[in-house]
Amino acid sequence: MILTLVETDLEGAAIEVSLEAVTFARDLSAAGNGVPVDAVVIGDVSDHLRGELAAYGVRKIHRVSGDGVAAYSGAGWASALQTVLKAAGSVVLMAAGTDRGTELMAHVAARSGASMAANVLSFSGLSPFVVTRQVVGGAAMEEMNLHQRPAVFTVAGHAVEAKPADASGAGEIVEHTPTVAPEDLRAAVVSTSQPEADESGDLTSAKVVVGAGRGVGGADKFDDVVALADLLGGAIGVSRVVTSAGWRPHHEQVGQTGSRISPDLYIPCGISGAIQHWAGCSSAKTILAINSDAEAPMVTRATYAVIGDLHEILPAINEEIRNRGYGA
Amino acid sequence: MADVLVCVKRVPDITEEVVLSEDGLSVDGRRSGFTMSAHEECAVELAVQATAASGGQATVMTIGDAEAVEQLRNALAVGCTAATHVLGEPFAFGPADVASEIAAVVRDHEAEGRSHDLVLLGNDAADSGDFQVGIRLAYELGRPVVNGASTVVIEDSPEGPVVVAVGEGPEGQETYRVTLPAVVTIREGGVEPRYPSVPGRLKAKKVPIEERQPVAEPKGGGRVKMTLPPPTPSAVTILGEGPAAASAVVDVFEKLGVLAK
Ligand SMILES: Cc1cc2nc3c(=O)[nH]c(=O)nc-3n(C[C@H](O)[C@H](O)[C@H](O)COP(=O)(O)OP(=O)(O)OC[C@H]3O[C@@H](n4cnc5c(N)ncnc54)[C@H](O)[C@@H]3O)c2cc1C
Ligand SMILES: Nc1ncnc2c1ncn2[C@@H]1O[C@H](COP(=O)(O)O)[C@@H](O)[C@H]1O
Repeated sequence: MILTLVETDLEGAAIEVSLEAVTFARDLSAAGNGVPVDAVVIGDVSDHLRGELAAYGVRKIHRVSGDGVAAYSGAGWASALQTVLKAAGSVVLMAAGTDRGTELMAHVAARSGASMAANVLSFSGLSPFVVTRQVVGGAAMEEMNLHQRPAVFTVAGHAVEAKPADASGAGEIVEHTPTVAPEDLRAAVVSTSQPEADESGDLTSAKVVVGAGRGVGGADKFDDVVALADLLGGAIGVSRVVTSAGWRPHHEQVGQTGSRISPDLYIPCGISGAIQHWAGCSSAKTILAINSDAEAPMVTRATYAVIGDLHEILPAINEEIRNRGYGA
Repeated sequence: MADVLVCVKRVPDITEEVVLSEDGLSVDGRRSGFTMSAHEECAVELAVQATAASGGQATVMTIGDAEAVEQLRNALAVGCTAATHVLGEPFAFGPADVASEIAAVVRDHEAEGRSHDLVLLGNDAADSGDFQVGIRLAYELGRPVVNGASTVVIEDSPEGPVVVAVGEGPEGQETYRVTLPAVVTIREGGVEPRYPSVPGRLKAKKVPIEERQPVAEPKGGGRVKMTLPPPTPSAVTILGEGPAAASAVVDVFEKLGVLAK
C-alpha cells in the first residue's frame, strides 16, 4: 500500500502540491499492479477534503488526532506517521516537497533506518525502486536507488499535474490517536504568529502578477513594486528569499514550495529565476523581467526584459503609466 | 557559556553553468569555484553571535577533501574559534554517513571535555540537497531538533539553558523553545552573514585545525548517476536598459491590454 501525507490550507482543503503527490502515488500504484492508494491527514478532515481525496482515487483516509499531534513537532508527528504506516502495512510513504513534508519524511526515514529521497520528479523502475530527483537547486537531476522499505520520499512541487482519478476511491475515514513519547515532544512549536491579512488578492487567479525577489533589497523597499501592482490591478508574488527574510508574507511566495501562478503577464523584478521559482511561474503567458543581470535565467527565459536597477526602472514605468492617463 | 558546533560543506559555487564529473557522480566545481551554501553562512553567523555573547567556543567542522580547509578558514575568519576537518571525498558520503561522522566528532569532543551544547547545520546542502543530515544527526545523538529556523538565541531558564529558534511555518512565524543540548538546522534569511576582515583572516590562519579520519567506511546515498536537463533556448526581447526603457514597457502593457483608464 502507498501512503501519502496530505497537508491542508487554512480552510482545511488539500494544498495543490499534496494533490500532485496523490496523483504521483496513483501512477506508482498503476505501475505496481494497482496497490491501494491511501492518504494520511494530521488534524481535521472536512467533508470537502474527504470528497476531494475520494475523487483523487484515495481508498482510505487515515486521520490522526490527539494530544501527541496537537502542536507541531517534527519528531512527534513523525512518530504518529510511523504508527499509521505500521497499522496500514504500507511499504511506501510519500509527501509533497513542502518544508513540512520534507522535514517529516526525513524524520520518518531516520527513525525507520530507511533512505529518504527529497524532491522526486519521476520513477523509472519498481524493483529496484529507482527515482529521479532534483539536486543542485534544480540545476541537475540525480537517479537514486531507494531500495530499503519503507521507501520514503517527497515529490518536487509541480513536477506532475494534479489530476482526479478516472474512478473515485472510497475515501473511507480510519481514525488514529497514537500515543507520542514525551521525548518526541521536546522540540514542539510553542507559539505561531498570526498570519497576516491577505491584501494581495488571489495570486493564483490574478491576470497580472508583479514579482519581487532579493534584488528589491529590503522590507521597506517595496513601494515601487506595490505601486506598479496597483496601477495594473495585479497581485504581488515573491521569491523564497523574500519570504524567508520576512519582507513579505509566505502566502505571496511563488514557486515549488509556494503558489503556481498562470497570469497573462508576470513581471519578476530582481528575481534570478532559480528552477524552484520557475516551477511556479512557467505557465505565465508573457513574462517581462526586470533585472540588473542580463544573464540571469529569468531574463533569458522571459518574453521581454529590461536590464538595470529596478529602483530606477519601476518609478519611471509607474510615471509613464500615469502620464498616459491610466490608473488615475 | 554556550558551546556551538556548526557544520558546513564545501560545494561548487553554481551561479552559471553546471558541469558534471565524467562518472556523473558529482558536480565538477573546478571551473565555477567552491563555496558553502547560504544556509550554512547564516548558521556560521548565528553560531558566532550565540557564542560571542557568552564567551563560549564556536567550532566549525566539515567532512571534505583537503581543499575543504578553505571553507573552515573562511568560517574562522568571521569569528569561529576552532575547526575540525574530517578528511574524505564528500560525494562518497550519504546523509546517514555524514550524520554518523558529525555525531562521532560531537562524542569525541565531549569525551575531551568540550560539549557542543548546540549543533547548527544548514537546512539542505546546495549540491546534494538531501534535506536530512541535521535530523539524522539528532537521532544519532538522542537530541531534539528544530528544522529550518532562521534565527536562534540561547537563553537561560530555570531548567537550564534553552535555544529559542524562530522560523517560517505554513501558518506564520513559529517559535520553538528547546532545552539544550539540541540540534537546529538553519534556513537563510534571518541574519546577514558578515564579511571577513583582514585581521580576521590573519587570525584565522593561525588557528590549528584538528584533522581526523572518518570513523566508518561510508555507505553512500544510493546515487546511481547525475544528469543535466536539456538547455532551454532563449527568445527574449530586450526592451532596453534602465529608466529609458519605461516607454517601451508601457507600450507592451498597452499591447497586452493590461491597463485600464
Ligand atoms: C526545495 C527548494 C524549494 C524552493 N522553493 C522555492 C519557491 O517556491 N520559490 C522561490 O522563489 N524559491 C524557492 N527556492 C529557492 C530558490 O532556489 C532560489 O534560492 C530563490 O528563488 C532565489 O530568490 P531570488 O531570485 O529572489 O534571489 P537571487 O537568486 O539572489 O536573485 C536576485 C536577483 O536580483 C537581481 N538584482 C539584484 N539587485 C537588483 C536591482 N537593484 N535591480 C534589479 N535586479 C537586481 C540579481 O541580478 C539576481 O538575478 C527553493 C529552493 C529549494 C532548494
Ligand atoms: N560533508 C559535510 N560536512 C559537513 N556538514 C555537512 C556535510 N554534508 C552536509 N552537511 C550539513 O548538513 C546540512 C544538510 O545537508 P543535506 O541533508 O545533505 O542536504 C548541510 O547544510 C550542512 O550543514
